[in-house]
Amino acid sequence: MDKTSNTTPAITRDVICPFCGILCDDLVIQNQDERLTILENGCPKAVTSFESDIPNNSPKIKGKNVTLDDAIDAVCHILKKSHAPLFAGLGSDAGGIRQAMHLAEKTGAVLDHMHGNALIRNTLVLQDLGWITTTMSEIRNRADLIIFAGTDATNFPRFFERVVWNKQSMFNLKHDDRQIVYIGDTLDTKAGINPNGKRPTLLNCKTEHIGEIFSSLHALVSGASIDVTQIAGIKLSTLKKLAEQMKSAKYGVIVWSPADLDIPHAELTIQNFTEIAKFLTRFTRFAGFSLAGNDGATTANNVCAWQSGYPLRVNFNKGYPDYDAHRYSTSSVLKNNEVDALLWISSFSSNVNSPRASIPTIVLATPDTKLNFKADVYIPVSTPGVDHTGQLFRTDSVVALPLKQVRQSPYASVNSILKQVIERM
Amino acid sequence: MYIKLANGIVYDPVHGINGEHRDIYIKDGHITRKPSSNAKIGKTYDLKGKIIMAGAIDIHTHIGGGKVNIARMMLPEDHAADLVEKTDLTRSGCGNAAPSTMTAGYRYAEMGYTACFEPAMLPANARQAHMEMADTPMVDKGAYAMLGSDDFFLRMLASKKDQAAISDYVGWIINATQALGIKVVNPGGISAFKFNQRQLELDELNKHYGVSPRDILKALVRAVTELGIPHPLHVHGCNLGVPGNLNTTLETIRAAEGMRMHLTHIQFHSYGTEGDKNFSSGAAEIAEAVNKNSNISIDVGQVLFGQTVTASGDSMLQYAGHWHAHPKKWTIMDIECDAGCGVVPFRYRDKNFVNALQWAIGLELFLLVDDPWRIFLTTDHPNGAPFTSYPHLIRLLMDRSFRNDMMSTINKEAAAASTLSSIDREYSLYEIAIMTRAAPARSLGLKNRGHLGSGAIADITVYSNNKDKEKMFSKPDYVFKGGEMVVRNGKIVKVINGATHTLRPEFDNGIEKTLKRYFDRYQTVSLGNFKIDDDEIVEHGNGKIIVQPCM
Repeated sequence: MDKTSNTTPAITRDVICPFCGILCDDLVIQNQDERLTILENGCPKAVTSFESDIPNNSPKIKGKNVTLDDAIDAVCHILKKSHAPLFAGLGSDAGGIRQAMHLAEKTGAVLDHMHGNALIRNTLVLQDLGWITTTMSEIRNRADLIIFAGTDATNFPRFFERVVWNKQSMFNLKHDDRQIVYIGDTLDTKAGINPNGKRPTLLNCKTEHIGEIFSSLHALVSGASIDVTQIAGIKLSTLKKLAEQMKSAKYGVIVWSPADLDIPHAELTIQNFTEIAKFLTRFTRFAGFSLAGNDGATTANNVCAWQSGYPLRVNFNKGYPDYDAHRYSTSSVLKNNEVDALLWISSFSSNVNSPRASIPTIVLATPDTKLNFKADVYIPVSTPGVDHTGQLFRTDSVVALPLKQVRQSPYASVNSILKQVIERM
Repeated sequence: MYIKLANGIVYDPVHGINGEHRDIYIKDGHITRKPSSNAKIGKTYDLKGKIIMAGAIDIHTHIGGGKVNIARMMLPEDHAADLVEKTDLTRSGCGNAAPSTMTAGYRYAEMGYTACFEPAMLPANARQAHMEMADTPMVDKGAYAMLGSDDFFLRMLASKKDQAAISDYVGWIINATQALGIKVVNPGGISAFKFNQRQLELDELNKHYGVSPRDILKALVRAVTELGIPHPLHVHGCNLGVPGNLNTTLETIRAAEGMRMHLTHIQFHSYGTEGDKNFSSGAAEIAEAVNKNSNISIDVGQVLFGQTVTASGDSMLQYAGHWHAHPKKWTIMDIECDAGCGVVPFRYRDKNFVNALQWAIGLELFLLVDDPWRIFLTTDHPNGAPFTSYPHLIRLLMDRSFRNDMMSTINKEAAAASTLSSIDREYSLYEIAIMTRAAPARSLGLKNRGHLGSGAIADITVYSNNKDKEKMFSKPDYVFKGGEMVVRNGKIVKVINGATHTLRPEFDNGIEKTLKRYFDRYQTVSLGNFKIDDDEIVEHGNGKIIVQPCM
């Protein structure tokens, strides 16, 4: 496209926003001389991410500008010398992760995502007892009771607009038919107020105690009696009322966000959610729903699972996939000196930056990235869904969407950079 | 330049060739007639005494898509015993019940398979299914889109929309999801489960829509027929695994009213309620009905003993079966008002009455159905057993004394309750070539596959004859894919990517207007983003799309 001309703006509809896990796919975006404006359906997160200009940046070796070609050579050099690299961040689309998997296998790397701590909280529950879960269109059309457990969903700005307060639903579910309950600490419940003004129920308790609340609810819905007057500061009568509500729901959903459960017993807490959903399904329908998947976490987890057989975190050092959700965390392998080079990938945002490590460090990240150290190699990368096409999984791990390109970027994609690295090695 | 496969013993049922010495010539990836005497033969393989068949085709194997990936993630213990190291040629991964995509592709090829079809592609999850199939090397692939519990279809049926509109919708789905066929799973039952129904008989009404599984089957069979989709409607019937479901299955055959219908993993739908344990074989009745109704084809879904995982779109009956999970964990999902899935690990035990009888029922079906053109060899991978057990299954079919030896090791009451030991039939190599090559290719409408005639794609498997058929079918001498040697002595020698087979049935695209309104109103994905275009499939590097003609 000719950047100097004042041509009529190009307008793209049904644009998928890759900047949080719910992947709203109804954005209308205008491109006027490579400057983007969201005309419809942009949340603040989308506006900030789509509308900021592409900063000028350049591939760098130890802080000095170099050509992309030289930078890729330097990446190969570091990875060739490495006996046990770590590929972390992994903020990319399916295509980028496919290349990362291939390169990890070639170089014997450990793979972890920047949201790995949150990710494995769910994985461990799935691997221990399994679960019953649901997806966004089911919630939108069916859920008559939605319990937000330890999350207010504010990191997913349009969640309520898209699947809770939707105007129309398949089975004529009205706003007043939906009961909204929040359980947790310092939750912003504004979004839970129904368009007719009805306020949600809030059970205020510390995040650490949410699991206890749910195991008490589990006891109550299964008919056990509890011999105390309050639990974690919540009156037993309040819990009894909620237990009855849960039993009489036609389609109840417990929403959690693993990132918001930053407590030592997070997976036990999540298991409290999923086990009560399983129990209630003996009589009615109930399901869990995890709000996650930012920075392509759900995508990385899925691609890793079909290519290696295991979800993240996987180590290819022995030539076959070796899975260990705890041992192969970014912080743990760095702390234990189990890796001798770091490749950091982050193509959606600069909110999470590469850790500073005392080993050769390669950073493939957005051009606005500000590192607090000089990486051995830095390559600015384009963003999937803005600068190039690709595929990304939604938080429900079922729906994958075809990302669109809405502008021209001078920077290469993670997919193409890693492909070149593989070819040169 | 020609390749010559000389002096082999050829089994090519499409051309009635039953173990005859023939030379086969390959040029530009295709099988050709014998060239003129001055043509240059680049390479000759002397295959004296070797058995030659077309590449095998698996018509029903869960190789790609959400539920398989859930199984992989949920069951790290499944993979631990079967980790696969990378080689100079091949990628690493793992095998067993829920193998990694690459390992699945390699192992299929190493068993002589050249095409595999994923039978349960949820439209809402089609993009993932295609991405996983793209990462399944060596074999051609394709998928059947799952309909019948999706709100749009049920709504049409409930409001008595005419058949033409329903067929347009089915045609649109095939195009939008890049499918090769249509499957229905527990017709309407996955939807009914979301309305808290726990069972759905063939003539029972879905509580919300007021339509029955029979209504759904009829509408879909007609749509598939009217659109000219080569593969008949692929039916996973009502009441899977429920004792007494043989009557449902017989009634389902009648519901087809003479139109073509494929009943999949019929073993799981052939149970009676006789005996002390109220569980008995319905194989004889089912086989009789299949024999009498030439419009019906089946695949078996054979159970073999050991640990596996059941992964199905049938969330209703997977939920009902979760009490038997081994190990004790399971996943159920409701999906997009479109479909659902259930993943339940399971261990079939030879000393368990029910499991042993399931094993016997599957074999009875294989042996009592007369026409190998209408019965396909499957284990419903991984539901009855992993696909890697096919050579063992072939031996059970071809070797009566081996079968009876196995029979003597299973649960005694089950062995006594089964007629298996009284059945003398042994499958011939010719019949195996029909049920694993010629018949599935014909059923899927793959005209230039499944045979060795001139013009066929040179997908060819060469075996050394062996009295032990398990050994023979485990390790082909050579596998050629599109004329290239990809496997030698049962090992990959060249990695290639197979094509994706699809259809482009004609339909009135006016349906898209109605669908656009529907998506905008109710769905969380827009219509445009739901559709999968050709570029998406090709850009993943799996080569190409092959559009098969409609009838």
